Amino acid sequence: MRLDRRRLNGIAEQGVSIFVTLFGLLILTFVIGRIMPVDPVRAIVGEDATREVYENVYRQLGLDKPMWQQFLLYMRDVVTLDFGTSIRTGQPVLQDIARVLPATIELATFAILIGAGLGTPLGVIAAVNKDRWPDQLIRVISLMGHSMPIFWTGMIALLVFYANLGWVGGSGRMSQFYIGLVPERTNFLLIDSALAGEWEVFRSAINHIILPAALLGYSSSAYITRMTRSFMLDQLGQEYVTTARVKGLSRRQTVWRHAFGNIRVQLVTIVALAYGALLEGAVLIETVFAWPGFGQYLTSNLLIGDMNAVMTCVLIVGVIFIGLNILSDILYRVFDPRTR
Amino acid sequence: MDPVLDIQRLSIRYAGAPAPAVRDVSFTLGRERLGIVGESGSGKSTVGRAIMRLLDTAEITADRMQFEEVDLLNAPERKMLDVRGKRMSMILQDPKFSLNPIQRCGHQIAEAYRTHVRCSKSEARARAIAMLEQVHIRDPERVYDLYPHEVSGGMGQRVMIAMMLLTDPDLVIADEPTSALDVTVRLQVLRILDGLVRDKGIGLIMISHDLNLVRAFCDRVLIMYAGRVVEALDARDLDNAQHPYSRGLLAAQPRIGGTREPLPVLARQDSWLEPLEAQA
Repeated sequence: MRLDRRRLNGIAEQGVSIFVTLFGLLILTFVIGRIMPVDPVRAIVGEDATREVYENVYRQLGLDKPMWQQFLLYMRDVVTLDFGTSIRTGQPVLQDIARVLPATIELATFAILIGAGLGTPLGVIAAVNKDRWPDQLIRVISLMGHSMPIFWTGMIALLVFYANLGWVGGSGRMSQFYIGLVPERTNFLLIDSALAGEWEVFRSAINHIILPAALLGYSSSAYITRMTRSFMLDQLGQEYVTTARVKGLSRRQTVWRHAFGNIRVQLVTIVALAYGALLEGAVLIETVFAWPGFGQYLTSNLLIGDMNAVMTCVLIVGVIFIGLNILSDILYRVFDPRTR
Repeated sequence: MDPVLDIQRLSIRYAGAPAPAVRDVSFTLGRERLGIVGESGSGKSTVGRAIMRLLDTAEITADRMQFEEVDLLNAPERKMLDVRGKRMSMILQDPKFSLNPIQRCGHQIAEAYRTHVRCSKSEARARAIAMLEQVHIRDPERVYDLYPHEVSGGMGQRVMIAMMLLTDPDLVIADEPTSALDVTVRLQVLRILDGLVRDKGIGLIMISHDLNLVRAFCDRVLIMYAGRVVEALDARDLDNAQHPYSRGLLAAQPRIGGTREPLPVLARQDSWLEPLEAQA
C-alpha cells in the first residue's frame, strides 16, 4: 500500500473525526456529571457535615466557577489523566480502572473468541443448509442462547460444572490459594502469571475464566450466528456464486473461497459491536462469578453516586467504542478492495 | 458427427411451484450456434441452468439428457464437478454481479484453470494472461491485477469470456451475454465471443431476447413461450417464422426509419401453447 495523497487525506480526515468524537464524548461525560441527581459535595462530606465544611469542599471541587471554566478544568484533568479519587474505594480512579479493566478485557476477549469462533461457522452451516435439519438445530441452539437469562445459566453452570463435576474452577479469577502470589505488572492475570513463570497460577486462571467466558461467548454467539446466517444467505444468492460453481468448484469451495470473503466486512462490524458490549462489562456474570471486573465496578459506583468513577467509566466505554470503530474501518479496507 | 448435447422432453419444476417452468423441451446441438429466444420468464435461462446442473432443488425429468458421454440426468455431483468449467461452461449476464467483487480479475480467471488442471500458480497466471489477450485486452498484465469494480462492463464481460473459455470447453451457454452492456460495446464483445467459438469449434447456446442478435450470430433458433419450445428454425429463416407467437415477437420490434406509430402488443391466446405442428 502506497502512502499517496488520497490516502493521507483519508487518514487526516479520520483523525479529525476521531478528535471531534472524543470532544463530544468529553462534553457528554461532563454533562452527565452535572445533571445526575447526586450532590458530589454531599457524597464526600457526608450527611452531618457543617455548612462551613460543605462550602469548603464545594470550592475545592471548583463548583463555584462558571460552567465553561469547570469544563476546561475537566478537560485539563482528563488530558493529564487525573480522574480524581473514588469515594467508595478511596483510591485514585485510574488505579482502580487499571485493576478492574484488565479483568474484564481478559474475560471479554476469551468470550468473543468463543462467540465468534462458534457463531461464524454455525451461521455459515445454517445458511448452506437452509431449512434442512442442521439449520433448524442451529436456530434452536442460538434461540436458547438468546433467551436464557445469563445469571440463571451462570448459576446452573456453576452448579453442574464446578460443584458437581469439578471440571472447572469456581468464582473469582483464580483459586484463593494463589492470590497475591504473582506480581501485578499488567493486571492481566494470564499475562502476569506467564511472565512470572507461575504456570500453576496460569492454569488456575484458565480454569476460572473458561466457564464465564463460555457462557458469555455462547450468548454472543447466538447473535453472531443469526447475523452470519443472514449475511451468508444474501451472498449465496449472488451471481458470482453461480460463476464459481460454473467453474467447477465444489459447494464447499464456493462457500468458503467466494461467498465467505464477501461477508467478512459485515461480520467484522457485528463482532466488534459484540466485543464492545462485552467490554462494557457483564455485570450479571461478573456478579455470579465474583469476577472483579469493570461492569461490577461501574455498577456499584453508579449506585452510590461516586461521580468521579462513573464519569471515568463512561469515558472509557466511549473510548473503547471509538477504538473498535477505528479497528473495523481498518479491517474494511483490508477485506474489501472497493473501500480502498 | 455425434451431437454435443442431446435433450429430449426436458421438464423442470421448481420446488414448491404449482406448474413446471419448462415442459417437454427437446433439441440437439452439434458444434454449432443455437439461439434460444423468448420473453422474460419463458424458461430459457432455466434450460441453461438445468444443463449445467445448477438447479439443486428443482425437479428435473427428461427422456434423455446427454452431454457427450455424460448422462446429465443421473451423473453424480462428483462427475459434474469434473464436467462443469472444464467441458461445459456458462457466460452470465452482468459482470457487475457475476464477478466476485473482492478478488482480482486475473485471479478469478486463473482459478478456473487451476480447478481442472494441476499446475503452478505462475503457469495458471501465464495462461490467464494469454487468454486475456485472446479476448482483445490490450494490457493483460495490468488488467490481471484489477478488481472487478475497476474495469468497465465491456471489459468485465471479456474477463468473463476469458474465464469460461480458458479450459477449451465443448459447450458454452451464454445467458444474455450482452444485455447488460452498453450498445456501443455489445457488438465488439459478441464478435470476440463468436470468433473464439468458431476457432475452437465450441457448441454454443446463446440465450437472448434480442432477435436481431440471434439472427446475426446463430445457426439455428429455438423460440420459447411459457416453458415450451413453440418453433425451431434456421436463423436465416427467422423472418419467415410461422408460429403466431414468433410472428408477434417479430412484429413488436421497432425499426430504424419505420413509422412512429405505437408498436403492436402481443394479444396472447391459449392456442399459442401448442407447438408449430399443431397450429393450423
